[in-house]
Amino acid sequence: MAKGSIVAGLLAPHPPHLVYAENPEQNEPTSEGGWEQLRWGYERLRESLSEVDYDCLVILSPHWQTYVGTHFLGVENFKSLSVDPVFPNLFRFHYDMKIDVELAQAIHDEAQGQGMSVKMMENPDFRVDYGTITSCHMVRPQWDKPIVAISSNRGNAYYSVEVMQEMMLELGRVTRKAIEDSGKRCVLIASNSLSHRHFTTESAVPEDMSVEHITSHAMHLWDMRIIELLRAGKSQQVVNEMPEFVEQAIAEADGGALTWMLSAIGMPEQEAILHGYGTIIGTGNAIMEWPCHAWSDA
Amino acid sequence: MNDVIVKSLVVPAHPHPLLVPEQNAGWQRIRDAYDEARKVVEESGADIIIIYSTLWPSIIGHQIQALPEAEWTLVDADFHDVGSIPYHLKIDAEFAEAWNQANHARGLDSRTVAYHGFPIDVGSVVALKLLNPNNDIPAVICSSNVYADRAETSVLAKSCLDALAATGKKAVAVSVMSLSNRMFTEPINPIDDRIHSQKDDEWNQKILELLSQGRLEDVAQLSRTIHNQIRVQKVVTFKPMWWLSAMNDNRNDLNGDVLAYEAIHGAGAGVIILDPTSSGQGDIEYDEDDVEVFAGERSVLANMENPETVTKSNSDIVHASSAPKPVGAYPHARREGDLLYLSGIGPRHPKDNSIPGGPIKSPEGESLEYDIKAQTRAVVDNLEIILKEAGSSLDKVIDVTSFLVNMERDFQGYNEVWAETLGKVGPTRTTLAISALPTPIAVEMKVIAKA
Repeated sequence: MAKGSIVAGLLAPHPPHLVYAENPEQNEPTSEGGWEQLRWGYERLRESLSEVDYDCLVILSPHWQTYVGTHFLGVENFKSLSVDPVFPNLFRFHYDMKIDVELAQAIHDEAQGQGMSVKMMENPDFRVDYGTITSCHMVRPQWDKPIVAISSNRGNAYYSVEVMQEMMLELGRVTRKAIEDSGKRCVLIASNSLSHRHFTTESAVPEDMSVEHITSHAMHLWDMRIIELLRAGKSQQVVNEMPEFVEQAIAEADGGALTWMLSAIGMPEQEAILHGYGTIIGTGNAIMEWPCHAWSDA
Repeated sequence: MNDVIVKSLVVPAHPHPLLVPEQNAGWQRIRDAYDEARKVVEESGADIIIIYSTLWPSIIGHQIQALPEAEWTLVDADFHDVGSIPYHLKIDAEFAEAWNQANHARGLDSRTVAYHGFPIDVGSVVALKLLNPNNDIPAVICSSNVYADRAETSVLAKSCLDALAATGKKAVAVSVMSLSNRMFTEPINPIDDRIHSQKDDEWNQKILELLSQGRLEDVAQLSRTIHNQIRVQKVVTFKPMWWLSAMNDNRNDLNGDVLAYEAIHGAGAGVIILDPTSSGQGDIEYDEDDVEVFAGERSVLANMENPETVTKSNSDIVHASSAPKPVGAYPHARREGDLLYLSGIGPRHPKDNSIPGGPIKSPEGESLEYDIKAQTRAVVDNLEIILKEAGSSLDKVIDVTSFLVNMERDFQGYNEVWAETLGKVGPTRTTLAISALPTPIAVEMKVIAKA
């Protein structure tokens, strides 16, 4: 069996507004568009991945929050309706997804072997979180690739950003090891925004772009700093600055997804590709790609 | 004391007492206490069960569940291995909308949600399944805004009381929450369950001691300290006690009864009933600003240690819900020391913005006939509304500056109404002729009054 590999790492934010604006047939509400800068960014990302051969998506979403360790979806198929608890007016999505239970179990077992607290989620009634669904849909709307979905263990809530990062760095290492051992080619998705200060009001027409902007200059500065560091290949510095970023930008990276993904792809010094940046209800969102397949081929 | 809250409950959120009580003696005792609480609720005469859900965070104001028949099968994000929870809840959609409207009247952003498949949180489902298994009493569920401070949370409760008064309903108020919320971060054998730490247990015991004495407001005032001491910094803080206390008029003299206190995966789980009958003990000791309306941005970026800073500034601002809305970004009034400074107030009608006596010109700019006396009386009426909502009254007005767009035509009529109204109070007065006002009105008054 050939050695498996991570062919790409992605930063792929999950605000449900993006799915809403796309008007896919699976989503009940309809829109007049909106957030085009980000949706065009996702278009560029999909184009970039279109020639890349891979077997599955591996995603960590901060909207499956677990406090008793890290959990993995462990049922082969989930088909249901996902309604966003915060924006139910925008996201009521009928999903039908396949899970790569074999790979999920392999990552689970590898993590358990390293002493991490992990659990397989094997209840067929479980509803998949909207963050996982949104990021996966925007990356691969065909829904033709199986998915490994990993929960966000709230290490930051229980301990500190530093402890959360230690856990996510280790989870990234075991994810990479399990993928390599599996022989599969995977795309890893860190599903989170950057600065995460929302507006607390919503316009009558949610897709009214005349009222969309970053919540504050400070949030903009943090977003640009993180993006520039990642574009310069300084992922370790991003991890180093994560405690300040989380505290000052109320960053959703506190859920561990970005640290996990960067660890899994080897804390790259290669430049990340920025496909798009935009704000959604005041939060900062970047779509970025680390084309690992190109590095290994070089 | 209000007479619409017939009982208040604090109950735990985790699914174990519902799904697997037999696995741990403590979980079974929580289940037994839930059953006892159910009987109390059934015998309370309540028309509605109102849940403030700590497991349903919101960011766009507050959301209120309004789907009349809410059905789904719920699985807990962490404890999915203890089973699924099929539910069918009867929601009082009419009351949900009444609460929503009352929120708007007090300056809060809120909306009702009525979508099939909406993910009602595990705490609300567990509580309603155990307290109201046959849907004998309709329920309503409200989210917990992650950015809301005490002022906003208290106003949310006051608008709920407004809605209860308007609908004539009696209610059981329920906070579904853990006491200490630190769980073990690894799976445990159920028989080994215990409170996560001695420190958490000691704080829980203090909370229970206060609640057993009916000292709800004291717990609410300790909320920030409790949150810092024994609460994992999850999305929603220890704010349900703010809501519950405001639902009970911030009282310390309730009758409390702790039915059970146990651990659920390390977190503190209590079933507590608070009866509104006065115990005759304790005083209110309410030392925080008692805000009537919400104004301004939420204090997400404010220092958690000093939320009073934001609360105080909000309380100085007066937005009178019964007065016509300002035509710009300014409040109706501000309180400074013992004085109220009102913005310039015109004659627009509070309900429909119509101008009593008619506008002075058409939308096309044509001059129209109008009644200056009717406009002046309407100005005085609006002043009275704002002063009353600010806790003052017309007879406390001490200085008035009046603006007329046509002194020659209107002074006499304006002066006659003045004599009938404010002239009897006796404030100082300055009357100015000006070229125009922002809306097609002929008169506006700016007032200073005693608070």
